[in-house]
Amino acid sequence: MTRLIVNGAEYTAEPSGAESLLTTLRDRLGLPGSKNACEQGECGSCSVVLDGDLVCSCLVMTADADGSEITTVEGLAPAGGLHPVQEALLAEHAVQCGYCTPGFVVAAAHLFDTNPSPSPDDLKEALSGNICRCTGYGAILRALTALAGEAP
Amino acid sequence: MTTIAPVETTRRVAGGIGTSPRRPDGIPKVKGEFAFSGDLVEEAMLWGATVRSPHPHARISSIDIAPALAIAGVHAVLTADDVPGRKTCGQVVADQPVLAGDRTRFWGEPVAIVAAADLATARRAAAAVEVTYEVLEPLDDPEEAERRGEVFRSMHVINGDPDRRGAVAVEGYYETGTIDQAMLGTESGLAVPDGEGGVDLIIATQWVHEDHEQVYRSLGLAPGQVRIHLAGIGGAFGAREDLTLQIHLCMLALHTGRPVKMVFDRAESFAAHVHRHPARMWYRHEADPDGTLVRVEAKVIFDGGAYHTTSHAVIANGTYFAVGPYHCESVDIVGVATRTNNPPAGAMRGFGAVQVCFAYEAQMDRLAEALGMDPIELRLHNALAAGDRLPTTGQVIAGSFPVAEVIRSLAALPLPDDDPGDDPRHLPGGTGLASSRDRVRRGIGFAVGFKNLSFAESFDDYAEARVTLTPEGLRVETAAAEVGQGLVTVLQQIARTAVGIEHVEVEFVDTSRIGSAGSTSASRQTQMTGGAVLEAASRVREQVLLRRGGDDLSTDGVLRDGVVVATLAEVLADGPVSEQVRFRHPPTSVPSETGRGDLHAGFAVAAHRAVVDVDPELGLVRVVRMDTAQDVGKALNPASVIGQVEGGTLQGIGMAVMEELVIEGGVVRNASFTDYLLPTILDAPDLEAVLIEEPDHYGPFGAKGVGEPPTISSTAAVVAAVRAATGRPLTRAPIRPQDVAGV
Repeated sequence: MTRLIVNGAEYTAEPSGAESLLTTLRDRLGLPGSKNACEQGECGSCSVVLDGDLVCSCLVMTADADGSEITTVEGLAPAGGLHPVQEALLAEHAVQCGYCTPGFVVAAAHLFDTNPSPSPDDLKEALSGNICRCTGYGAILRALTALAGEAP
Repeated sequence: MTTIAPVETTRRVAGGIGTSPRRPDGIPKVKGEFAFSGDLVEEAMLWGATVRSPHPHARISSIDIAPALAIAGVHAVLTADDVPGRKTCGQVVADQPVLAGDRTRFWGEPVAIVAAADLATARRAAAAVEVTYEVLEPLDDPEEAERRGEVFRSMHVINGDPDRRGAVAVEGYYETGTIDQAMLGTESGLAVPDGEGGVDLIIATQWVHEDHEQVYRSLGLAPGQVRIHLAGIGGAFGAREDLTLQIHLCMLALHTGRPVKMVFDRAESFAAHVHRHPARMWYRHEADPDGTLVRVEAKVIFDGGAYHTTSHAVIANGTYFAVGPYHCESVDIVGVATRTNNPPAGAMRGFGAVQVCFAYEAQMDRLAEALGMDPIELRLHNALAAGDRLPTTGQVIAGSFPVAEVIRSLAALPLPDDDPGDDPRHLPGGTGLASSRDRVRRGIGFAVGFKNLSFAESFDDYAEARVTLTPEGLRVETAAAEVGQGLVTVLQQIARTAVGIEHVEVEFVDTSRIGSAGSTSASRQTQMTGGAVLEAASRVREQVLLRRGGDDLSTDGVLRDGVVVATLAEVLADGPVSEQVRFRHPPTSVPSETGRGDLHAGFAVAAHRAVVDVDPELGLVRVVRMDTAQDVGKALNPASVIGQVEGGTLQGIGMAVMEELVIEGGVVRNASFTDYLLPTILDAPDLEAVLIEEPDHYGPFGAKGVGEPPTISSTAAVVAAVRAATGRPLTRAPIRPQDVAGV
């Protein structure tokens, strides 16, 4: 039995063997926002924050996350609203197919938590683990650069 | 051709054409609530898995399903014998077995399918199916395939005086590699039996009606027994134009009587869908001393791999567009699509135009050098324009075709004068493989590309849409696929502007509720489904105005001289007003034996200018800047157009410097995101785009499709820039570090 605190709520799961946190979130806990695109930690579509660290949930064994606090894309927006990163991406048309979007949202939100005014180079470094095949990253960078500029 | 009623909206509608409203699916997408095909769940659902051939060519001696069936939780194991209807599928030629029978013809070909209680069990069962193969020698060389007559289509386009010769001639041989669409959402879907012998399939695809044609035939069902619904689609880029798991899912669902879900992992996705055709291209260009291109001879071989898919149309593009957007009075172009035991090749963004652009633009640079002429001047000197004849097909170019304007506007953009500095993040190789600044050389490359829009060569290409006005607003129904490009937004905008009412809901309906919208490919949906929506919406407006003698329409109701004469509820008291339209572009003809005819509905052109920094010793390349100009007709949603331009351009950059599916003896060696490299945000250069708006002849409000042109000349421009930086010939894309370093 594995105990997980996901987006502030407590869950218990019985993962099978080496089951990944991504599989547990998606298939056992009913949280499909984290996406599976490569299952090798290359694309960042499954990004979550685990005890304060940004991780690819496909590379974390659920059993190893016992007792951990996890934030997924479903846990970022305040009730009835949007996280500033979500709002920024929408405002700049940085969403196309949207499959990479949850990963970008989680990774960018994590960056802004640790560095409220990242430079464009900081943004690129921080998001270089997330692959987007649709946008060419231009709108994503514009959105987050604008958000960084708004920081006090 | 359908004529579009002129639109006379007197007031600006918020969120109409020419503005960039937010996409209606944006909020669920940023919150992780948007349901992609892989997120679907259904009560009592089983999971499917596929047994695939590990050999590119083999005879199947036997298949023993008993060990798989013996595993607890396994509900079905099906093979070719279990395909209830037509045993093969395919868009044009149904030559691909639904499941391999006595032979496998490519690495990863499906041999058997299983359904089990959960994914892990399904995969274990797939591994337990015992297939005995007699391995055969794969035919993996396209030139050998041509010699053996293994061709899907062979074309010979001849035009003009074959004895016309120029004073200056250049020759070259070029290659492009196999490229993967690498859409982020892998193939996935859910089939649900309806309890009456039929089935509902919910799937990520580019064309539900084409899928429907193939699926019901192979299931041996009547068309009405199969309904295909669009699920949320995680990108496409051509990869979803051919069937992968559609028939398999339905077979398993009908066999077990339970809903069945399948999701491919990335390795299986690489194996399952078609790729961009690898190309071999021989060229000879001849010009008069003043730079006038007078003769182009070329032979292009595209390897179509094991099955037909869309090879006939891809090689047609490669052949018809082999000269580029240039005048040339004498051409002789041979195009061959070969059949081998390599993975099947089919649709990918740019569809045959990308490969030849890489070659003809390299030739134009060589020609400029041989002539002692500026390469941009050479292109301008030969640029085609609307009303000119395409040198290959002889077709008079209808609609707009601003080649010279595209070239001039791009060339006029300022070039960066920044020094890369010492920050390793701004040097080729980045922080990992830092080049030293003194070794870095800068190069600039320029390329122009074009292709047709919509389907060609007499294909009956149409799109249906229905527009309904209720007191709440407008509803647009279509079966077109929203793959991420923003069709959902642009259809709203077209309906808003056409009717004058802001509230528009777009509903993507299944195959039983409306006719085909055609494929979401060939840059066609904005023009085609957009055209259908414009006409249906215009008719709705006309009808409603007639009812009350109005001259304008708004959310408030019917207006006359600016005064509301009836509310929407009043004018629609007898029920909603609905119009359904089947929109067609101007008809295209069957090619003559020498490839002549009005074969294409319209064209679009784009150009790229790449600035690169290269470390010639380490073979590392950094694309510093990439500017572009594109002929878009009319930018209905400028932000979405820029999104297509930036995304398409970066895919071209990927093909220039990092992406390639490595295939040896028919076996894919890098079927993972670890080994198939994709551009990240660190690889994306700064980009400025100039949109050239000259209205086209059939798209709504003069719009053109904008999805493919950004990918056509991007690769060619980057490689040209690396040539300029290094002086190396670099005749193959993608370029590899060893090519740049010359080792």
